[in-house]
Parts: sequence; structure tokens; C-alpha cells
Amino acid sequence: MKQKYLPLTATILIFLLSYALCVAQYPNMLSTRVIGNLLTDNAFLGIAAVGMTFVILSGGIDLSVGAVIAFTGVFLAVVLEQTGIHPLAAFALVLAITTLFGAVMGAIIHHLEMPAFIVTLAGMFLARGMAFVLSIDSIPIKHPFYATLKSLYFKLPGGGRITLIGGLMLLVFAIGILIAHRTRFGTNVYALGGGTATAKLVGVPVASTTVRIYALSGLLAGLSGIVFSLYTSAGYSLAAVGVELDAITAVVIGGTLLTGGSGFVAGTLVGILIQGLIQTYITFDGTLSSWWTKILIGLLLFAFILLQKGIIRLSRNGRQPA
Amino acid sequence: MTSTVRTYLGRLLPQLIALTIIIAAISIIFPGFLNLQIQNGRLYGSLVDILNRGAPVVLLAIGMTVVIATKGIDLSVGAVMAICGAVSASLITSGHSLAETLLITLAVGILCGIWNGILVAVLDIQPIIATLVLMVAGRGIAQLITEGAILTFNDPGLIFIGSGSFAGLPMPVVIWLVFGVLVALVVRQTALGMLVEAVGVNREASTLSGVFTPVLLIAAYVLSGLCAAIAGVIAAADIKGADANNAGLWLELDAILAVVVGGTSLLGGRFSIAASVLGAIIIQAINTGILLSGFPPEFNLIIKAAIIVFILVLQSPRFRAAFAFVSIPRVAGKPTEREAK
Repeated sequence: MKQKYLPLTATILIFLLSYALCVAQYPNMLSTRVIGNLLTDNAFLGIAAVGMTFVILSGGIDLSVGAVIAFTGVFLAVVLEQTGIHPLAAFALVLAITTLFGAVMGAIIHHLEMPAFIVTLAGMFLARGMAFVLSIDSIPIKHPFYATLKSLYFKLPGGGRITLIGGLMLLVFAIGILIAHRTRFGTNVYALGGGTATAKLVGVPVASTTVRIYALSGLLAGLSGIVFSLYTSAGYSLAAVGVELDAITAVVIGGTLLTGGSGFVAGTLVGILIQGLIQTYITFDGTLSSWWTKILIGLLLFAFILLQKGIIRLSRNGRQPA
Repeated sequence: MTSTVRTYLGRLLPQLIALTIIIAAISIIFPGFLNLQIQNGRLYGSLVDILNRGAPVVLLAIGMTVVIATKGIDLSVGAVMAICGAVSASLITSGHSLAETLLITLAVGILCGIWNGILVAVLDIQPIIATLVLMVAGRGIAQLITEGAILTFNDPGLIFIGSGSFAGLPMPVVIWLVFGVLVALVVRQTALGMLVEAVGVNREASTLSGVFTPVLLIAAYVLSGLCAAIAGVIAAADIKGADANNAGLWLELDAILAVVVGGTSLLGGRFSIAASVLGAIIIQAINTGILLSGFPPEFNLIIKAAIIVFILVLQSPRFRAAFAFVSIPRVAGKPTEREAK
């Protein structure tokens, strides 16, 4: 087996194994209802994580995701409450704003040659601040169109439901996989992650690729914000705090190298599902406290970083036997 | 001697000017701002309040400066604050003496630093990811210690650390002043500071030239953990309780911001602890100023973002190159992070 598939395989095996362990203890967990809920509950995180995968594949990081989700939610709530425009128009408007927001961050990162970490940190403050300025209250969204969207679902055998937002997440992952592996942009992202200097030498348009990567992350964070507002039916400026960390964690658990250049969008989906599974297990158990989720995810993160380190060392030894 | 003083002042000049402008601006909007008065043998006033409220971020910024100088970053400090606050609260409520409580708490902070340091120095993991592990898991651990509740205590000794006063100054201010001077002396009166900068500029080259990099790196993260532990105790003592959810929340970002405002490059190398302390005070002055001047606090984050972008532009290599004839180039031929990777 090719070495690059090793982290992905490990992730999938861990997911299947832990799911099997969960089912052995609670047979009820093997139902389409649980799977449907797993998709619905993690839909917004999954969509944001797809954008984060591209950013990390290129060797960058985007800390603004959670704040952009909150901004999107508050923006939609305020616009739908105070103006008469249709939610679909509001969706288009907010996606344009968040995409532009991401593009500007990408442009700053490239043209001012600043680390992505600090630029997106400023972006995080700005987006969260804009959300605060729009409203500091939690505003409910009561538009009838929201109710229509929430009532849409695809019924699975066994009573499970793939809701609109769960399905949307799967669709975003499918498109993400296509973009990563079947387009020139995807190849450029991988090349950028391998090293900016090398990428430039082989003719990758570094400037436009960087801008487009962060624009994509902004677009998906906006979409994730729409999904989040559908999920909670409200807009709140303190919502989705720390989602960027969950997304980064999912990407790492999914087997993407944080140094960039290697990894799969599909792995991120499994990473999301593992995090969701831990949460579901703790809900099923009932006696474990919710803070075990954080500790377990931290441990898992650590295990995967070690695994990646081991693989890198192995591949280095393989190349130059000493 | 005078020349060293002059270079030192020259280094701190931008931060000092920025702080003066901010304080002048606030005192125009809010006339009583500069008033200081002594009551019950203790100084009171908005300026003292800034120094006092800023204590956790100042402490974190001291440790963060050294870590960033090694070309690292420590995202876990907020979580370590929560852990150490929880540890001190649970020890003092279970009947341990103040000295024991403080010693064990500081040891826990050091332990967290060793963990981060080993991940970075021995396992060779990117600092941002290595410290992310503790950032994610740390708050869970803190909640495990407090069992999910806010653990309150009323030990007068521990509370004194948060709200007592010494020589007319609030205790937190005394602590960060003493600690900051101590750290600055240790790194600057010995070769340690220079070695840290060498590691930050080029880790491989400094290892080859005989610097024992792993120990130095671990020491940097240990210092950061220790700072976080002290900040955690102060934060817990201030509210007379340990709040695992909110103690030190997002303070790691404020600490990093303070270092950046202080002019230490995130790409490692030259650093100044005094400048980072000034950076932290600038941030606190802005926070206090926005509150006092009656601006809605919602604007706080936007103003912070605007300031970061402004400083980023000033620090960016391209901007520096364009205005090289105005300022004296500090670091010549330093590779940017993207090229160095």
C-alpha cells in the first residue's frame, strides 16, 4: 500500500473499530437514526472543515472560521428581521461577503508576506466584532422559509433521516474531493503546501491560488454559518466559539499533514465522524461528563500527530538508508 | 552605558509613543483618567487599574515572548491558566497550606510546559500543533479537577494574591513587575537570551554550533507554563474561585497580540520582554479606554483587529523594503516564513 494512504487508512480503521466497540456496548447505536443525527449535528462543522482542509493542505491556517459562522448567523437574523428580502437572497448576499472577507485575508497573507496565523487572528477579531456590532442579543429566526427548509429530509430505511443540512455537508465533501483531486486549482493547492518556492518555480500562480484558497475557506465558513443558523434557528454573536479548533482537529485526525502538501478531504469527513461519535457515545453512556469529550479528542489528536511523525520518519529512512 | 540606554529606549520608542497617544486620547475624552489617589495606603486610579487588570496578559506575554523568540508559539497558556486555577482552588479547599498550594500549582504549570517542550523539542512537532493538544484537552482536564462547578474558596492568603496590596501597589502588579524584571535579568545578563535568539533564527545552525537546543526549547515552554500558572492563580484569586470554562479564555491570543504589538517578530529571533509588557499594557489601556469613553464595548474587537492590521502592515517585509530609507533596517536579509519553510 502506498505510504500516503496510511494516515487515511488508520483514521478509517479507528472509526470503524470505535464504532464497533460502541455498538458492542450499546447495540442501539447501530441504527440509521444515530448515523443520520451524526450527520445533522456535525453538518456545520463538516462544511467549515472542508475549507480548513484546503487551507491546511496549502500549508496555512484559518482561525477566523468560528467568528465568520457567528457573523453569518447574526447577519441573517438581523436582515431577515428588519428587511423583507427572501432568505435565499440573504444567503447569496452573506456568502458574497464572507467570500470577499476570505479573499482579502488571502491577499494580505500573500502580498504583505505575513504569517497566516496572525492575519486570520485579526480576521477572527474583525468578524466577531462585526457580529457584536450588528447585535449582542440572540435573535430568533422565524421566517416560514426556514421551517420549510428544516422539514426537508430524505428517509433512510430504519427510521433515520438525512436532513437537508446533513445532505448538504455530504455534497460539500463530494465537491471538495472533486476540487482537490480533479482540478488544476486542487493540484496547485497541494503544490503550494509542498513549498512556496518550489511551487513558484514549477509555475503555480502563487498569488491567485493563495487568494482563492482563503476565499474558498471564507465561502465555506459562510455556508457553514447558514447551516448553523438553520440548525439553531437563531443568530447569536457568541455562538460557534472555538469551531476553528474543532475543524483543525478534525483535519488532523483525518490524516492531513499540518505542514501541508499531503492529505485527503475525505479523511476530514472521517475525522468529523470520529469527533461526533465520541460525543454520541458520551450521550449514550450518560454517566461520563461532557468534558471527557475534550480530553479524548486531545488524546486522539496527540496520537495522530505521533502517527504522522512516525510515517514521515519511515519515509525518510526509506529514501536514504543510513 | 549611555549608548546602551539609548539603544534600549530606541527599541521601546514606538510602543512608548503608542501608549502615550492612547493615554492622552483617553484623558481628553475622560478627564479624570490621570487622577491618582492614595487611600488606606494603596494607590487608586484608572492608570493603576490598567496595570492591575492587565496582569494576566502581561505575565503570559513574558513567557510567550521567549517562546516566540525561539520561532515557536504556545497556544495552551489559556488552558494552563484554567488548570492551575483549578488546582490551586481544589488544594486550598481541601485543607492544604498556602505555601503547599502555590508550590504544587507552579509545579503543575511547569509540568505543562515540559509536556509542550518535549513535543516541540524532542518529538519535533510544529509548535502551533504541539500546543494545540493541551489547548484542546486542557480545559477538559481543568473541568475534571473542579468537577464541572466553579470552585470557590475564602482563604485570605490566596485571595491576597488577587486583591491585596504591597508597597501601595496591587499585588498582581507587584508580582508581574518582580517576575518580569527577574526574567529579563536572567535572559539578558547571561548569554541565554542570545542563545534563544540563535535558536529562533536558525535551529539547525545553532545546534551545529554547539547550542544544546532541546534543553533551551523545553526551558522556553517551561517558562511559558510557569507564567501561565502564576496568571492562573491571580485570575482565580481575583474572583475567589476557579472557573474552568472561562479562566484565561482566549488570553493566549491576547498574549500573542501583546508580543506582536511589542515588535517581536512571529518569525523568531530578536525579542524584547519590556516591549511585550508594554504591548500588553497598550492592549489593556485600549480595553479600559473603550469602556471608560462610553463607546459600546462591541467595538472593542474591531478596534483590536484594526490595530493588528496596522502593525502587520508596519512589520511586513515588503512595506519595510519600500520605506527602508526612512527607518533603520533592524534585521537584514532575514528569510520570511514562507521561504524558510
